[in-house]
Amino acid sequence: MKQYLLSVFHPEDMAPPADVDQLMKDVDAVNEEMRAAGVWVFAGGLYPSSTATVVRLAGQDVLTTDGPFIEGKEHVGGVWIIKAPDLDVALEWARKATRACRIPIEVRPFQEEVED
Amino acid sequence: MAVLTRVLGDIDLAEDAVQEAFTTAAERWPADGLPPSPAGWIITTARNRAIDRLRREAARADKQAQAALLHTNDEPLEVGPVRDDRLRLIFTCCHPSLSQAAQVALTLRLIGGLSTPEIARAFLVPEPTMAQRLVRAKGKIRDARIPYRIPPEAELPERLQAVLAVVYLIFNEGHLTRPELCAEAIRLGRLLAELMPDEPEVTGLLALMLLTESRRAARIAPGGGLITLAGQDRTRWDRALIAEGHALVRQCLRRNQPGPYQIQAAINAVHSDAPTAADTDWSQILALYDQLLACSPTPVVALNRAVAVAETDGPRRALDLVDELNLDGYYLFHAIRADLLRRLGRDAEAARAYQAALDRAENTAEREFLTTRLT
Repeated sequence: MKQYLLSVFHPEDMAPPADVDQLMKDVDAVNEEMRAAGVWVFAGGLYPSSTATVVRLAGQDVLTTDGPFIEGKEHVGGVWIIKAPDLDVALEWARKATRACRIPIEVRPFQEEVED
Repeated sequence: MAVLTRVLGDIDLAEDAVQEAFTTAAERWPADGLPPSPAGWIITTARNRAIDRLRREAARADKQAQAALLHTNDEPLEVGPVRDDRLRLIFTCCHPSLSQAAQVALTLRLIGGLSTPEIARAFLVPEPTMAQRLVRAKGKIRDARIPYRIPPEAELPERLQAVLAVVYLIFNEGHLTRPELCAEAIRLGRLLAELMPDEPEVTGLLALMLLTESRRAARIAPGGGLITLAGQDRTRWDRALIAEGHALVRQCLRRNQPGPYQIQAAINAVHSDAPTAADTDWSQILALYDQLLACSPTPVVALNRAVAVAETDGPRRALDLVDELNLDGYYLFHAIRADLLRRLGRDAEAARAYQAALDRAENTAEREFLTTRLT
């Protein structure tokens, strides 16, 4: 079985929508549905990118700097990891997820496979 | 190719194996004579080649497993299920997660059987660019695991739309200057019509391409300029293609599930019914454009509808409609405006509009045509 990363992208300064409670309920419902279908591996929301820290090699040392790694207008605000037999199945779950959280989702395959 | 892609589960492996099988065939068949089922022979030989290759590469454990799988997976390799395999491959090539440029390239390569250099030449891109595009697309199919599957009923209309768009894009790309691409698009259209006889839009697209193609000889002037429908020598239209296109349009009408390709084919059928331009049944064409605009309300359709309005209600009415459209980047918008202005005797404005069209024309045939209008 393949695994896919579903990354949720949203504008950095996005204000919470007026119906944030409903949105959270919709997202919970998708999580529940994923668990029931046995596709759910992990899910989590992230704090804003202003809380990010980057570490990188500089010769022998490791430099620590205030993040994020890429300055942009949009950042990853949360992720799902799901297992699915193929991309069509993963996309079907991503469609449900994007309807729930109402922002775009990027679907990427992991290199490693897992047991069914 | 399609059968092997399913059996092997890997497009690259299938391509190489088929290539090797054809090489072997070229060596053996002249001496040994044709086998009873040449296609079956190629498929079996290619599969055996693929197994040999996987064994040779068996140092990697996963390849070993793949080779073992092929042996146990001894399904019949008859030509019977080829229909479904070809459809699977078509839908994989035109998967919405691939860019349209990649869909077009994959379809021409894997379904049309064109070589990478041929595709690169047809789309006027450097060969390494096209090779890279194909490698990347095949890599995505493999790594993201885009399935070889005929889409389920619920998704079929949307997925079929992508397939038809790819074929029509290939046709339009060849429309003025590269007839070989039109021929390839028609070949693909015939294949789709054979594979999906119950999809009216598939029939509609084939009819539309055949009727457009029937006018090729009359469309381009000896100097390379474009000749409009009204100015074409209708004796040079290809009657066989028209007859075939008309038969398909009648089939669509009987089925009565209209869609954009079928309506466009019907519009073309009305044109090819007219012995001279003056005989054209414009009120019927306008009715069809009304129908087309209802199911695909785009500015380009509205522009074409305005051309019909000019014939039924006069250029004044048509110009009003055209001026409402936001199509400044499109050369035909300016060309049609220019023509309407000319008919209204507003020559200075017409000249400016022709110039605007000329600035936006994309190829020499379009420019030649506009230049003749300007002078």
